Amino acid sequence: MVRDTMRGGERTAHDSGPAALGGERVAYDGDPARFIELDGVEKVFDVRRKAGLLRREKHQVRAVDGISFTVPRGQMVGYIGPNGAGKSTTIKMLTGILVPSGGRLRVAGIDPSRERTRLARRIGVVFGQRTTLWWDLPLRDSYCLVHRMYKIPDARYRENLERCVELLDLGDLLDVPVRQLSLGQRMRGDIAAALLHDPEVLYLDEPTIGLDVVSKAKVRDFLRDVNADLGMTVLLTTHDLTDIEQLCERVMVIDHGRLVYDGGLSGLHAVGESERTLVVDLERELPPIDDVPGARTVRVEGPRQWLAFAATASAAPLVAAVAERYPLVDLSVREPDIEAVIAKMYAERSAER
Amino acid sequence: MWLGSGLLLPAPALSGHGTGAGQSALREATPRQSDGKGEHEMRLYAAVAVNGFRRYATYRVATAAGVFTNTVFGFIIAYTFIALWSERPHLGGYDQAQALTFVWVSQALLAACALLGGGFQEELQERIRSGDIAVDLYRPVDLQSWWLASELGRAAFQLLGRGVVPLAVGALAFDLALPADPLTWLAFLLAVFLGIVVGFGVRYLVALCSFWLLDGAGVTLIAGLATTFFSGVLLPLNAFPGGFGEFVRTLPWAAMLQVPVDVLLGRAAGTGLLTALAFQAGWAVALLAAGRALQALATSKAVVQGG
Repeated sequence: MVRDTMRGGERTAHDSGPAALGGERVAYDGDPARFIELDGVEKVFDVRRKAGLLRREKHQVRAVDGISFTVPRGQMVGYIGPNGAGKSTTIKMLTGILVPSGGRLRVAGIDPSRERTRLARRIGVVFGQRTTLWWDLPLRDSYCLVHRMYKIPDARYRENLERCVELLDLGDLLDVPVRQLSLGQRMRGDIAAALLHDPEVLYLDEPTIGLDVVSKAKVRDFLRDVNADLGMTVLLTTHDLTDIEQLCERVMVIDHGRLVYDGGLSGLHAVGESERTLVVDLERELPPIDDVPGARTVRVEGPRQWLAFAATASAAPLVAAVAERYPLVDLSVREPDIEAVIAKMYAERSAER
Repeated sequence: MWLGSGLLLPAPALSGHGTGAGQSALREATPRQSDGKGEHEMRLYAAVAVNGFRRYATYRVATAAGVFTNTVFGFIIAYTFIALWSERPHLGGYDQAQALTFVWVSQALLAACALLGGGFQEELQERIRSGDIAVDLYRPVDLQSWWLASELGRAAFQLLGRGVVPLAVGALAFDLALPADPLTWLAFLLAVFLGIVVGFGVRYLVALCSFWLLDGAGVTLIAGLATTFFSGVLLPLNAFPGGFGEFVRTLPWAAMLQVPVDVLLGRAAGTGLLTALAFQAGWAVALLAAGRALQALATSKAVVQGG
């Protein structure tokens, strides 16, 4: 049994303040560089485990263990980590459906858990594994409800719907009941539903999970456009690192509730001590190359050999050294596999514990 | 296309549209001043109710099967009651025609009032269990009003789709004590509406227990048995003897079936009618308030399941 240890406090289940009235938004006039701001945010769960026949022991699980970061307005950030790292817990706190156990958290100047409903008008959330659409009804009906729910002005609604329908290719699907849509179609439908009210922040929780290559590409293209054209701030959690590679200028890696990396994708290679691979084709089969400094042979297959070297090092001296000593016919350099980098990072973190 | 449904919808959704229209007229009178949050919300929840209605309207075969089942059970219970009332005439103060009316009305309301389960409760429990409730919580709406609206839409459909035919068949096959006065029918519809709200109130509390229990099967079973017994769907509550009968008739379940039937039978007329409706409204308000309190507790303390 899991329960929130935090004293819930004066969290309102629904808004009553005048600020919540209607669609008139109070524009965020804070520092655009600190649009999303987390400072030492923690989330601790009490977990009771069986310890004997009737006895239960209380354990504390620190799902999020002191995370601090800021996201400037308009940035697209990848938020990655292994299962159970605390990604979803962070998103839930950012959207206000979980109350942090400690630390400070602001989205567009709003404390999410205190003003969940007010914040809800300004954010969009898409879950790869859940849907906000009405299962039994045509797609269009869910959109009409979104129109009412977020009080979107009619003209704006039509404009946004048109744009989404065009870019996400939903034209033929509007009158199809959601239960008859394929996963990729439903996902596109869900993304459109999250964008009709012009959210300032979009949270995407594994938006490409289970999609085929074509659908993934469509979703990614659309998200790239949305971010670029509308300047929407996007926070994306995923296990598909291609999403990150293609979309995000910045990536945060979280593990065991802590931020273990925050920066550009290229920097991740340096931190992960990743390696590039030089593939050489020699004239004939030769024993593994072992006399080239800075490289080690990881694989030999007939006349072809694979040499790994540090991703940060230059390939030029290596190529020169090989060409000088061996009968080189052809060569290619392979970039490091980001998945391998991340996997290595996760494994190291687990070993430290 | 669904403009027509507004006309077809009984009390719940109609009152939604009505209030909305009334308020917009008001707004024109006082320009821009009280730009209706209320009006907007009524329109939103009316839309939710219409979607609730349409969701169930999609499943025509299921509806037809339900109508068939209700009708068959109507016959079975009708003959049981005939046997019982032949043996004990005026049991609970009903004559045989009134007892048969009770049978057919309870079959007609079975689905709408979710007297033997059904409705939103299991869906909400499942959403809490699976964590899909997170999606609901991300919306800028009030959870209870959202589910109430959707439930009223469902009930409205099932009142029409599952209620009219069984009652008509019953009225053709048996001698029922149905009133001729349209006002009595109107009062009956109002009592049914209140009964549905009371039923929602009880089941909302039951469903919210899932936030703490994780698995709602136990409470669902208990709540289901309580509804079957205390609503009178098994045997009219009038037939319950002595102090126990008095007690049972004050419980919220009495508001779900017993009161609407008594209103239809004209047993609650004049001030009696007002008392009956006030009894229902009182329970409705109390249960909705309790649901609201529990909801505040649940959303602040409990954990949304799953990643």
